[in-house]
Amino acid sequence: MSERDPFIASSSQTVGPFFHVGPGASDTCGHVAGPDVPGERLRLRIQVLDGDAAPVNDAMVEIQQADASGASAATPAAPDDPVPAFSGFGRLPTSEDGSCCFDTIRPGAAASDQAPHVTLCLFMRGLLRHLVTRVYFEGDPALEHDAILALVPADRRGTLLARPAGDGVTWELVVRLQGDRETVFFDV
Amino acid sequence: MIDRRALEAGSQPPLLYPPYKSTVKRAPAQPLVIVPERFAALAAPVYGYLPIGETDNDLTRQHAGEPQGERIIVAGRVVDEDGRPVRHTLVELWQCNAAGRYRHARDNHPAPVDPHFTGAGRTITDAEGRYRFVTIKPGAYPWGNHDNAWRPAHIHFSLFGPSLATRLVTQMYFPSDPLCAYDPMFQSVRDPRAQQRLVSAFDLSLTEPNWALGYRFDIVLRGRASTPFEGRV
Repeated sequence: MSERDPFIASSSQTVGPFFHVGPGASDTCGHVAGPDVPGERLRLRIQVLDGDAAPVNDAMVEIQQADASGASAATPAAPDDPVPAFSGFGRLPTSEDGSCCFDTIRPGAAASDQAPHVTLCLFMRGLLRHLVTRVYFEGDPALEHDAILALVPADRRGTLLARPAGDGVTWELVVRLQGDRETVFFDV
Repeated sequence: MIDRRALEAGSQPPLLYPPYKSTVKRAPAQPLVIVPERFAALAAPVYGYLPIGETDNDLTRQHAGEPQGERIIVAGRVVDEDGRPVRHTLVELWQCNAAGRYRHARDNHPAPVDPHFTGAGRTITDAEGRYRFVTIKPGAYPWGNHDNAWRPAHIHFSLFGPSLATRLVTQMYFPSDPLCAYDPMFQSVRDPRAQQRLVSAFDLSLTEPNWALGYRFDIVLRGRASTPFEGRV
């Protein structure tokens, strides 16, 4: 490439329906926090619905989050470094009902203008670019001060709130790709 | 300061692209909410990598026997928008076999499964951002998007890079493939120059005599100056 041909980001292409042979092959990435990691245990259930409100059974869901103190997991500095007990990263394929569950901990706030949240990336057949959104926790007083949530029209903020499922451990968020309650997605 | 969104116009596909039918019920209808860069930078933590096994970058050595097909080398560099190497970042790829069949329960294309080919690899870029895989040239295969629809031969790539904004999933194509002209995924990238950047280049210097042809596929991740104090290329 020459100066006349600047370095322009490579084009995105869909992950397709067969990612399970590669990056989606392992379900070990459903365990975001090992048993010794401090924090409030929770199971985060993400369900993805398409424009017909039908479950998307071939999505790849990735999450990234801070630990209970709001700190990011350190990125290993060298390829041989051990993977930390808390990676802050999870990746799962959705099942037939369009859902997947991550075993993790409740994240802390990374900054005073950031409510605790989980970053969500969605990849699937039919998405030429992946989608990025955030999962917040319903009822958290810090939501009022969150600078990203403030960018979202008030009547759509509820699409980003996970709610307790009632079993004492599971929080659920339904991602709607289209429709009246379409989830807010971000351009980062 | 270069306007990223202006540069990307035409090089990134739209979310809704009706010729690719699956976009119609899956592309969000509402505009994306733009996050100012100072918040995008806060989007860490960043995924490091999964442990890499010895044969993870050689898809021809993952089973007891050799897979069928044309052995190839796929290599290149991963750089940011300043042309700086993205070092020690995970590169994952996956693909169908030489006959155009994925090792996947939902792939019902009546072509043979190759017991010696899984079709998945991973590696870490070196200090210069370089990566290298040995694999088999994937076949073309039919799909149900439209009448007589065929995917051009392609290899899927997934990269993380240093931030949320650098996450990339893409596909690599092969030179002079006549199917690209008919492929709505390839054509969803409207800028012909950007299309060509998704096409690997035959590279004699990567080619190993009496063994395998080499294809170069360089990848540019979004973002710049994320590590301003590290050595420049």
